[in-house]
Amino acid sequence: MNDIVEKIVAGDVRTVARLIRDIDDGMPEVREVLKDLYPHTGNAYVIGITGAPGVGKSTLVDQMVAHLRKRDKTVGVLAVDPTSPFSGGAILGDRVRMQRHSMDPGVFIRSLATRGHFGGLTQSTRSAIDVLDAMGKDYILVETVGVGQDEVDVVRSAHTTVIVVIPGMGDDIQAIKAGILEIGDIFLINKADREGCDKTMSDLRMMIEMDQKKYDRGAWKPPILKIQAVFDKGVAEFIDEIDKHARYLADTAGGLDFRASKTKVRQELGEMIKARLIEEVIDRLTESGDFDRAVESIIKGKIDPYTACENLVLPTLS
Amino acid sequence: MRQKRRVRVMVAKPGLDGHDRGARIIARAYRDAGFEVVYTGLHQTPEEIVAAAIQEDVDMIGLSSLAGAHKYLFLAVVELLREKAADDIVVCGGGIIPDDDIEKLKESGVKEVFTPGTPLDDIVKWVQNNVTPRQD
Ligand SMILES: Nc1nc2c(ncn2[C@@H]2O[C@H](COP(=O)(O)OP(=O)(O)OP(=O)(O)O)[C@@H](O)[C@H]2O)c(=O)[nH]1
Ligand SMILES: [Mg+2]
Repeated sequence: MNDIVEKIVAGDVRTVARLIRDIDDGMPEVREVLKDLYPHTGNAYVIGITGAPGVGKSTLVDQMVAHLRKRDKTVGVLAVDPTSPFSGGAILGDRVRMQRHSMDPGVFIRSLATRGHFGGLTQSTRSAIDVLDAMGKDYILVETVGVGQDEVDVVRSAHTTVIVVIPGMGDDIQAIKAGILEIGDIFLINKADREGCDKTMSDLRMMIEMDQKKYDRGAWKPPILKIQAVFDKGVAEFIDEIDKHARYLADTAGGLDFRASKTKVRQELGEMIKARLIEEVIDRLTESGDFDRAVESIIKGKIDPYTACENLVLPTLS
Repeated sequence: MRQKRRVRVMVAKPGLDGHDRGARIIARAYRDAGFEVVYTGLHQTPEEIVAAAIQEDVDMIGLSSLAGAHKYLFLAVVELLREKAADDIVVCGGGIIPDDDIEKLKESGVKEVFTPGTPLDDIVKWVQNNVTPRQD
């Protein structure tokens, strides 16, 4: 067995931390490691948590970690924050809410930036999930700000996808409807200590019940829970709902091992091919200078971007 | 996608003093310089700081402390990093620190100490010149 793989399976924190950095930095060497790591994955239960900025996702993750630890489960956390489009830098502040777990050997917390990944965020986060999975973590919690398609895609590959809203987010609920309603397995109204909870509850319920026919045919009907993450209210009940959803997946929806699910594998392999293709093509075109030359030609009006694109892409495929 | 390695730094506030305005300002300056900044919040023990730095695979830890215990706290971080064979992580610090102590801190492995009033630009430049993303 590869030396790195051995250390990861043994749970060596430094090696895990470094491999995740290498994945994030797009080091080509990691591909071999990931191949060897694959047989050691597939055991973790992955929970994706998304919602608008500031709704209390990190506070909730912190409480979830505490509850899961009480149940003797080990936990990995990936907390994704946006990269500044201006500087390429990022402030990764989710950890502030979770620092009480930093010295617990049963918990591994990692902050990630979205970077400018050409849709590669999903790929790199998924690989990071695999690393924590191979490291032996029972649960992996992934926090993203539910704004971009990428961030949404990240959580959608989870076993259970959780959408967090707060009271009085009327317009935001419209946005959820447009984008991420379909992917929510559990809806949480956090900050239920605030005004407007019932209205948000009935808005959400109405949206979910539009799919009543689906549930009548046996599909999972997403529960809506009121919680107060910062006061640890409703979190235990929320985790019970996760358990229920896991049982539903295991009994009805083709099992918990997504690696044996045709739909999931189709989807993941498809995305992987897409990401890899883009990567290979862009790398080649930047290295050869063809990309920059094409940009110049378009600017000077010598060629239209449609033809330029075709001229660039088609030859790399043959 | 082959990307350039990004500098990752952690901004941490050990000790008991109660506000983190300074730490937040420096965190923003680092972000604007293109670094990824992990922020861990107030009242961190050296043990928590080092554990977090290792999980986050940062290249540098910037400690800021206004309370008197900086000497013990900064040195404890350096010592713990050494213990964990993670002393390739650069440690720098800022705060109201007497010259004598600055000397001692530097001798013991704190790479640089910034006193109040050091322009943000100078701090950022120092990081750019002295902290490189890990190459291996
Ligand atoms: N009143 C109230 N405040 C809460 C509750 N849960 C969290 N908060 C507060 O909401 C604020 C934001 O919490 P975070 O956990 O950082 O929110 P987040 O969604 O992770 O934020 P981003 O990562 O920046 O998008 C903090 O000040 C929390 O203390 C709650 O149940 N009630
Ligand atoms: Mg957060």
